[in-house]
Amino acid sequence: MRFITLAAAGLATLALASAGLAFAQEQRPAHEFGPEHLDEPEGGWSFEGPLGNFDQNALQRGYKVYREVCASCHSMKSMSFRNLGQKGGPFYDPEFPNPNDNPRVKALAADLTIPAIDEETGDEEQVPAKTSDTFPNPFKNPAAARASNGGIAPPDLSVITSAREGGASYIYSLLTGFRDPPAGLTVNGGQHYNVFYPGDTGSQWAGDPRLKPPGGFLAMPPPLKADGQVTFDDGTPSTVKQMSKDVATFLAWAADPKQETRKQMGVGVVIYLLIFAVVVYLSYRRIWAKVEH
Amino acid sequence: MSGPSTYEPKTGFTKWLDARLPIVRLGYDSMIDFPTPKNLNYWWTFGGILALCLVIQIVTGIVLAMHYVANTSMAFASVQHIMRDVDFGWLVRYIHANGAGMFFLAVYIHMFRGLYYGSYKAPREVLWILGVVIYLLMMATAFMGYVLPWGQMSFHGSSVITNLIGALPIVGPAVKTYLLGGAAVGDPTLNRFFSLHYLLPFVIAGVVILHIWALHVVGNGNPTGVSVQDIKKDTVPFHPYYTVKDGFAIILFLTMFAVFVFFFPEAMGKTDNSIEANPLQTPAHIVPEWYLLPFYAILKSVTFDIGPIPAKLLGVLAMFGSILILFALPWLDTSKVRSMRYRPLARQLFVLFVLACVGLGFCGANEPDAFVFKTGKDRLQVEYSDANGRAQTKFFDQFSEANAYKESLPTAAGASLQVAESGFKWKWLSQILAAYYFIYFLVLMPLLGVIEKPKPRPASIADSVHKRSGSGRSSSAPVAAPQHAE
Ligand code: HEC
Ligand code: HEM
Repeated sequence: MRFITLAAAGLATLALASAGLAFAQEQRPAHEFGPEHLDEPEGGWSFEGPLGNFDQNALQRGYKVYREVCASCHSMKSMSFRNLGQKGGPFYDPEFPNPNDNPRVKALAADLTIPAIDEETGDEEQVPAKTSDTFPNPFKNPAAARASNGGIAPPDLSVITSAREGGASYIYSLLTGFRDPPAGLTVNGGQHYNVFYPGDTGSQWAGDPRLKPPGGFLAMPPPLKADGQVTFDDGTPSTVKQMSKDVATFLAWAADPKQETRKQMGVGVVIYLLIFAVVVYLSYRRIWAKVEH
Repeated sequence: MSGPSTYEPKTGFTKWLDARLPIVRLGYDSMIDFPTPKNLNYWWTFGGILALCLVIQIVTGIVLAMHYVANTSMAFASVQHIMRDVDFGWLVRYIHANGAGMFFLAVYIHMFRGLYYGSYKAPREVLWILGVVIYLLMMATAFMGYVLPWGQMSFHGSSVITNLIGALPIVGPAVKTYLLGGAAVGDPTLNRFFSLHYLLPFVIAGVVILHIWALHVVGNGNPTGVSVQDIKKDTVPFHPYYTVKDGFAIILFLTMFAVFVFFFPEAMGKTDNSIEANPLQTPAHIVPEWYLLPFYAILKSVTFDIGPIPAKLLGVLAMFGSILILFALPWLDTSKVRSMRYRPLARQLFVLFVLACVGLGFCGANEPDAFVFKTGKDRLQVEYSDANGRAQTKFFDQFSEANAYKESLPTAAGASLQVAESGFKWKWLSQILAAYYFIYFLVLMPLLGVIEKPKPRPASIADSVHKRSGSGRSSSAPVAAPQHAE
């Protein structure tokens, strides 16, 4: 009997010790996340935490960066122009509860043309987009997207912050993480070195494999290269960091456009449940008061 | 247990109905008047929580099915449509997706409760077996549900699991073909998974009815494991005593559920499943949802062949075996004592068993060859084949030396230079824990009944609660056992 207990206790100690050591070492292979941690913009993200919210100005600036820079390569198939004017969206205006009436959203849609069929002649033509249209795709088809980007199609950005470990911080880090490769690291043509890209530099590193540089190579050239590349309407200086932060904010909203409603509702639901719990607990005490249990 | 019925129809209509279809009587006897031991603790509230979970999954699932499109080119987009355009679609989907995890959390607590208090022992064997059937059906349902949103993990996870089924001898390949509806996961697979995912929850509901029927024949167990002797002294009617206690527990559970749904809806999700399925691009790590991780770890822990049986098949057998073993538990446990409150050895081994299951969960989430912890410094190794074509490895500390050595070898040696790491691998931890899992059921359970000396048990339920509430009336019962398990 003693033996079983001892053996079992030994086993438990081993398991716990390994778990402890694993956490203490906090092993994260260098190639998984680039340098130690992802970068975060100064001041963090306004929308993080259970009560955080999107900053509408940041969303508007972010949309502009997406539209003027990223949209030439990346589609956002799940987004329609009307989404921009929905509650919690970049151009929401309480005066226009129906985003299809919102003049700013209408104008943003009409800025762009989309392919359509002329009902009279059956010919393909380009017409201005309407609020109900989805964001136009920069490429006619996936093959064209690959052909223009060195064989790798740019991913759709509709839910990109949910699709990458690190979310908005990853997008921000990726956009600000392009560096000149250190000596000893060969970068193939059409590839770009980024310290945060979750790739592997091992095969192209000439030095000690234990000291291989963090990050990896991707087919996207640095999209945000110079301060002032996009002019912000609200006068915010458009540094590369600011543009990266704002476009990451916009993408985080696009992936989770109901966040504001969700959190507001959540506060109400949880408070309601807690009050209900107290009431039911008191009735429980009362009902059981006369029963020995 | 459910003694003679005390229902008395009062109105003309209920009298008329009771003589023809005594359905009101059935409800009254099983949910109002049902005699329930008065000493049940909060671990007994999870049955009610589970029933609620099933209802929540069915209701939200039916709404989702109204908007979901089971077609490989539209499934992913239809889920986005639910999240963005359907009124409160995001809420329904987040409840359904997180609800699956909540359902499993509750079922695991419910099952560990059963293991600790010996709820599987006579006369509750059939009740326990029906529970294990429900659990198996839940796993099948959740697995198929996870394929529906057609993300990367949906696709590649289902490929891995159906390949495992294909590895089973004799029936494997045929079952796999019927499941997939073709050579690989594709449109036919998605359609039949959707159909089965819609069907199985109703099968679960059917088995739940049998489960509750069996419960009402033999009655609830209780933390002392001592059977009800006197309905008057030992039990209280289910309503209002347990409706209010279960109700309180349900509200606390729903509060936790709501915190996930509203504030951390994607905490339990995988980023890879937000990428549309792409058969040509395999994700770096394929891992199932958290609630299936321990079994996945058992599957991967088998890395050796035994005789003619290859490791892959052994792993599959171990994985299925680890669940099927639960069916035999009522006969594996030889102890006469139900509750582990009075089984000092079994209680400690049970705690270790819970730790092993949790540990296996962590193992399942990690690559088998990754290190739990590392020992020593990383070194360098040069691998090459010598003049006779035999594989050789030479270790170095300095990169310059290793590199010089590699360069000095002829090209025919095919030398390569790698990092040599040493430490304790996840696969070893999962082997130890999986071994304990099986030893617990196959060796310790049968053995303990023979060698363990149980502590004295209270004479009756009434007696045990009487002692606890501390009134001084003496009783003939033996000295009470420690009451910490409440
Ligand atoms: C010249 C075309 C081009 C432009 C402009 C561009 N990208 Fe990309 N992007 C690509 C390509 C190509 C890839 C695929 C890279 C790969 O997988 O190797 C990519 C990949 C990405 C990824 C995914 C990286 C990963 O983890 O797989 C993100 C995020 C991204 N781009 C964001 C942006 C943002 C934000 C902008 C605008 C500021 C932008 N891109 C502008 C071409 C472009
Ligand atoms: C035993 C009960 C059930 C369990 C455990 C379960 C589990 C799951 C899981 C894990 C998913 C994937 C979640 C995601 O990531 O989106 C899912 C999706 C889905 N389920 Fe269920 N489910 C259950 C009952 C039902 C029922 C009864 C229906 C329909 C009548 C249903 C319809 C759907 C649909 C349409 C989806 C795909 C939409 C989506 O992915 O959000 N489910 N289910």
